[in-house]
Amino acid sequence: MKYGVNDQGYYGDFGGAYVPEMLYPNVEELRQKYLSIINDADFKAEFDLLLKDYVGRPSPLYYAKRYSEKYGANIFLKREDLNHTGSHKINNAIGQILLAQRLGKKRIIAETGAGQHGVATATVCALKGIECVVYMGEVDMARQAPNVSRMKMLGAKVVPARSGSKTLKDATNEALRDWIANPVDTHYIIGSVVGPYPYPDMVARFQSIISLEAKKQLLEHTGKELPEYVMACVGGGSNAMGMFYHFLDDESVKLIAVEAAGKGVNSGHSAATTFLGREGVLHGSRTILMQTDDGQVVEPYSISAGLDYPGIGPQHAHLYKINRAQYASVTDDEALQAGLLCCQLEGIIPAIESAHALAQLEKMKFKKDDNVIICLSGRGDKDLDTYIKYFGF
Amino acid sequence: MNRLNKLFATKNNNLLSIYYTAGYPELDTTVDIALALEKAGADFLEIGFPYSDPVADGPTIQHSSQQALDNGMTLNLLFEQLKDLRKRVTIPILLMGYVNPIVQFGVERFCKKAAEAGIDGVIVPDLPMYEYETLYAGFFKDNNLSNIFLVTPQTSADRIRKIDELSNSFIYLLSSSSITGGNLDVSDSIEDYYKRIKAMQLKNPTIIGFGIADNATFKKACEYANGAIVGSKFVKLLEQENYLNKIPAFISSIKPSL
Repeated sequence: MKYGVNDQGYYGDFGGAYVPEMLYPNVEELRQKYLSIINDADFKAEFDLLLKDYVGRPSPLYYAKRYSEKYGANIFLKREDLNHTGSHKINNAIGQILLAQRLGKKRIIAETGAGQHGVATATVCALKGIECVVYMGEVDMARQAPNVSRMKMLGAKVVPARSGSKTLKDATNEALRDWIANPVDTHYIIGSVVGPYPYPDMVARFQSIISLEAKKQLLEHTGKELPEYVMACVGGGSNAMGMFYHFLDDESVKLIAVEAAGKGVNSGHSAATTFLGREGVLHGSRTILMQTDDGQVVEPYSISAGLDYPGIGPQHAHLYKINRAQYASVTDDEALQAGLLCCQLEGIIPAIESAHALAQLEKMKFKKDDNVIICLSGRGDKDLDTYIKYFGF
Repeated sequence: MNRLNKLFATKNNNLLSIYYTAGYPELDTTVDIALALEKAGADFLEIGFPYSDPVADGPTIQHSSQQALDNGMTLNLLFEQLKDLRKRVTIPILLMGYVNPIVQFGVERFCKKAAEAGIDGVIVPDLPMYEYETLYAGFFKDNNLSNIFLVTPQTSADRIRKIDELSNSFIYLLSSSSITGGNLDVSDSIEDYYKRIKAMQLKNPTIIGFGIADNATFKKACEYANGAIVGSKFVKLLEQENYLNKIPAFISSIKPSL
């Protein structure tokens, strides 16, 4: 693949594995084995079967008629919200639990922000009967309480991250510290296309099912395999990378990634990484991150806990730098309004993360026959409180 | 030859190194603490520059790093503080910290500034060997700075050989795979690990760190290596009032004078 990772784990200037020596053997073991494991016929068969029977794939590619009339193009929603556990996160969690089993690991750790990845991880651990510890920022535990309960019901231990700003980046730090202390028996299921190589590539491969299906489904709908536009929201960037993956080499397809601008890109309360960040190293990879002049990581803000991350995956940083994808940003207000519009026009309550991608529709200039695929990465049940408070229902 | 090489050439056992975070507990006592440690008998020092997300550190050094940042410590300020370092302190000094602040400062500029201040080496736990070798080794060499690599009980023999090749002052042996501030692992498997390293007859001296907190753990470490590093335990001392006056007693509690 033209835009794929090289042997040293880099996408152009970005990527690598910036980990302390304590993590080197773990990461090296993964690097040596991940491709042979996930390309193995037995692995593929089990992965595909679970995606079909347990997750409910393929997720539909839904032609959104009223959206299409409103925006003057053919708008298709890739319905990852209909997956078991309510978002695309389950695709990666299934892949990584099967990998962990084949590596002989006895214990799983994960970080989570909104709780969707934590729930997906707790789910696959229950499915396989493997011990599960999820790190979650104390602040996020308060604002995503139902997901904390879900994880507990599924048998996971949820450990509050109390360091730093007590949100996703700190949960990630705590998970990395756990992995340092438990290097032999534990696998770390990272939830996004971030972290040291091979994680960004591995997670992208597990999520690439989204675009693999979408390509076939668009052909069935329209007789064409390639749309004009593919759009998705970006925090770390896993649903976007899964949605872009099989379109990357089709240069005619315009890729639009939507970041969370929070209260406005320049408000000081934002998570619009490509607008506000600079190149550096975060959580094991060279990428673009929000930081001070002195190289200290800046705490991002978004109303959406899933987009509230100070960096983006290294492949996104590369696609941004070489202009293969366009990075836009959408504020809290715009996202919430778009979420409500989706309820009223299409009868779908989207996750606030996914509503960011929908909000970008307002800013696009389509031609009449353009085919547009948007990744509806998750359902909005977890966000009802936020929607209700905002709109006063 | 930098001061580290000279030290190891003249003394090869019971070396005591102390780590502390610059800017903690007060912004401006970085060099005062170094001076007090030299007078008290420390053989060399590691001065940490703080980072917001120190993944290899436990609660004690996470706290000192955050406090130092809140106090206003930056790399620019640290180099300003270290301008007159060598008028006051003669023992070898390393800087220790995470890679992102160095990348933002500029790696070449960082190495130059460190050399100007009389720094002898650098420990950057999350700077990988590959990036060091292919991108940065030249800057370190040009400025006579030693880059210190870590070795853990899980590091393979091949990799230890490679680390020995790339090192030119000492190798930092972790007493266990853990974050800083834990207890010293004294299990049989750890003894085997030290023996295994010793039997490799590396060209570089080895210094053990992580879990060294008193005379017993210091002595234990010195049975297998050329010396040991105390970090979290010393950072905790700095939380106390009149900490500068308590440094001599602290050092003799770890390494009683002969």
